[in-house]
Amino acid sequence: MQPFDEMYSRLPYEDKALRPQYGPYKQWLDAQTMSQMQSHQEEAEVIFRRVGITFAVYGDKDEGGAGTERLIPFDLLPRIITHHEWTNMQKGLVQRVTALNRFIHDVYHDQEILKAGIVPTEQVTQNPQFRAEMVGIDVPHQVYSQISGIDIIRAANEKGEGEYYVLEDNLRVPSGVSYMLEDRKMMMRLFPELFSTYQVAPVAHYPDLLLETLRTCSPGTTDEPTVVVLTPGMYNSAYFEHAFLAQQMGIELVEGQDLFVKDRFVYMRTTQGPKRVDVIYRRVDDDFLDPLAFRADSSLGCAGLIDVYRAGNVTICNAVGTGIADDKSIYPYVPKMIEFYLGEKPILKNVPTNICRNPEDLKYTLANLKDLVVKEVHGAGGYGMLVGPAASKAEIEEFRHALIKNPSGYISQPTLSLSSCPTFVKEGIAPRHIDLRPFVLSGKTVQMVPGGLTRVALKEGSLVVNSSQGGGTKDTWILEV
Amino acid sequence: MLSRTADHLYWMSRYTERAENTARMLDVNYNTALMPQSQEAAVLGWQGLLSISELLPSYKAKYGEIVAKDVMEFMLSDESNPSSIISCLRSARENARAVRGSLTTEVWETQNQTWLEIQKMIKKVEFKRDPGKLFEWVKFRSHLFRGVTVGTMLMDEALHFMRLSTFLERADNTARLVDVKFHGLHNEFFGGNSIDQEYDFYHWSSILRSVSGFEIYRKVYRDIIRPERVAELLILRPDMPRSLHASLNEVVSNLSMVANEHSAGTQRRAGKLLSELQYGSINEILANGLHAFLTQFLDRVNEIGFNISKDFLVPSQ
Repeated sequence: MQPFDEMYSRLPYEDKALRPQYGPYKQWLDAQTMSQMQSHQEEAEVIFRRVGITFAVYGDKDEGGAGTERLIPFDLLPRIITHHEWTNMQKGLVQRVTALNRFIHDVYHDQEILKAGIVPTEQVTQNPQFRAEMVGIDVPHQVYSQISGIDIIRAANEKGEGEYYVLEDNLRVPSGVSYMLEDRKMMMRLFPELFSTYQVAPVAHYPDLLLETLRTCSPGTTDEPTVVVLTPGMYNSAYFEHAFLAQQMGIELVEGQDLFVKDRFVYMRTTQGPKRVDVIYRRVDDDFLDPLAFRADSSLGCAGLIDVYRAGNVTICNAVGTGIADDKSIYPYVPKMIEFYLGEKPILKNVPTNICRNPEDLKYTLANLKDLVVKEVHGAGGYGMLVGPAASKAEIEEFRHALIKNPSGYISQPTLSLSSCPTFVKEGIAPRHIDLRPFVLSGKTVQMVPGGLTRVALKEGSLVVNSSQGGGTKDTWILEV
Repeated sequence: MLSRTADHLYWMSRYTERAENTARMLDVNYNTALMPQSQEAAVLGWQGLLSISELLPSYKAKYGEIVAKDVMEFMLSDESNPSSIISCLRSARENARAVRGSLTTEVWETQNQTWLEIQKMIKKVEFKRDPGKLFEWVKFRSHLFRGVTVGTMLMDEALHFMRLSTFLERADNTARLVDVKFHGLHNEFFGGNSIDQEYDFYHWSSILRSVSGFEIYRKVYRDIIRPERVAELLILRPDMPRSLHASLNEVVSNLSMVANEHSAGTQRRAGKLLSELQYGSINEILANGLHAFLTQFLDRVNEIGFNISKDFLVPSQ
């Protein structure tokens, strides 16, 4: 099946098949020489390097023994989404994230969805992502996932038309929003003329919305909450983003060692003595938050934090235990969740998913391994995944063994061909596969900036867009009209 | 402000200032080495430079004999030497990266760019042919850093900690320079009768040039270069930007801007040291021994640094 291409209604690329929203862009692109584009590309890299928009690669060391800092490849060609498409997607995102937050509240309180038999009880209570510490704890506005990154792909349906599917929900510490903002800045710097041709919806107010969201989630012990960003430190792969967001919001970027607990409140050590902290936008995983509650060997968190949290004297964003809702074993149930909590039809589709703990689904999966994508339910970042059509016989056999041994550990999905988008590569302009991650903010209300992070798999034919595996990014344009 | 943030800002600025002073020292020695001089004098010059930073033992352990080329490499591009220019610039940048959110974009980009460029520059052979250019460049990156700091940062605690540490480092570096250049080379120069006058001129003028003080000396004293006046200029003149007096002035005023409930003792120490410079005279200092004076000065500056850490940067709770 041919992938859906964002710019052309059929491949190979030819003008007759151009989608209307790309018309003026294509005209502009035709007037550029490849050497001009090449020099823009180089300019972008120099600027990213100077600004220090880099990420560290896990386990990779340079000669000096320090972690390697790499640039995320930035592609010069934008991905353009029409106003109409976005309006619908936005409605779908608000609906989905609202339901997910309701689900988290429910599983840590009355568990009505389990009692109703919609989600199997043991899928929740036996799940390593289920945090018993959270049972019965109330959080402000009943919001658990303040910042949600929803991964959306577009694939061709039977009619060859593009359709959006949610591939994955990220409700723990989704990252990438800084690239959304920096990519836009870069495009405006490199190609200002395009922004007078196109009315592109702005995204630069994201930090404002984020700060507002975090402030409205304060525990109510004060009118002027002190909000901080908690980072694992400068050697974390997303450190740039942590520093960037803290700076843009004008709040402190703290590490675990800067915090301490006294009399059931959290304080940070400042040059003028201790200062109370009310809201923590943490970019540290649950396991590392508090050595007294979770991993005792963690030096990234703050001892006693969870106790303060349980006392309602600090808000942790996202809440502890949100992983129960974005686990791959729970994902297949999200459409039903939406119907159960909101009484609405889901606006955004799920990718059809086989739950391997069901015997029929397992049987089907084992019989069709070479055509399916198999995912480990607790894997993340493109690891622990089998892409059947691209896998060797040995890899398939390895997964077959693993599946038989532990069926509940896996789901499988048809190999959807992610949509492609023209991308500037060595050979010139060629189609590469992309996805989209909009960032949804939930506080008193659910809101978002029009846009998201478009990730692109730069290797020809590759469907893996993760930056840890060589993916790049593109600016995403939502048109205002 | 977070104590850890203040700590990073403090060290970022100290390392930047240290890199500049090392470049100044290397530049002067390199230029002196171009003058006709005995082998012995040349070695003494390089040895003095290593002694200033208390690096003679670690140099000898690694390289053995004192050779100009090796000393330059050790002080410029040897990453195993924590005081080399490359190490200082790396530490400055690492500290900046740890608190990039507390810096303006311009300040961060200046630090980052300096680090990116120095790595490229030392890989090229060019700098070996004309190292003066590189020293000049390091100095100017430091000027740029100071300028962009004062020109863009909010005038709050963050800026005061940066200024405080810059001048603390400078006071330390200038004191070491004066000490080594006066003490190391001519033990009894003030009684000096046997010393070649021409050699003297170049010796003292090179010290002045290393602190951008040659023209200043002429302007202030309108006199031939006399060692006691060089000492006075570098120690006691409040209007000489790299003197001990001027540096301590900045330390005291920035310290008062960040004062907290624990810092009174530190402020008192700094103020006392400043007042001794304010009311001291060069004849008195020389009569009591310059080396003893400077040794004591360095101890006291280090003590102030230690107390700043304790009061602000690494508080117990």
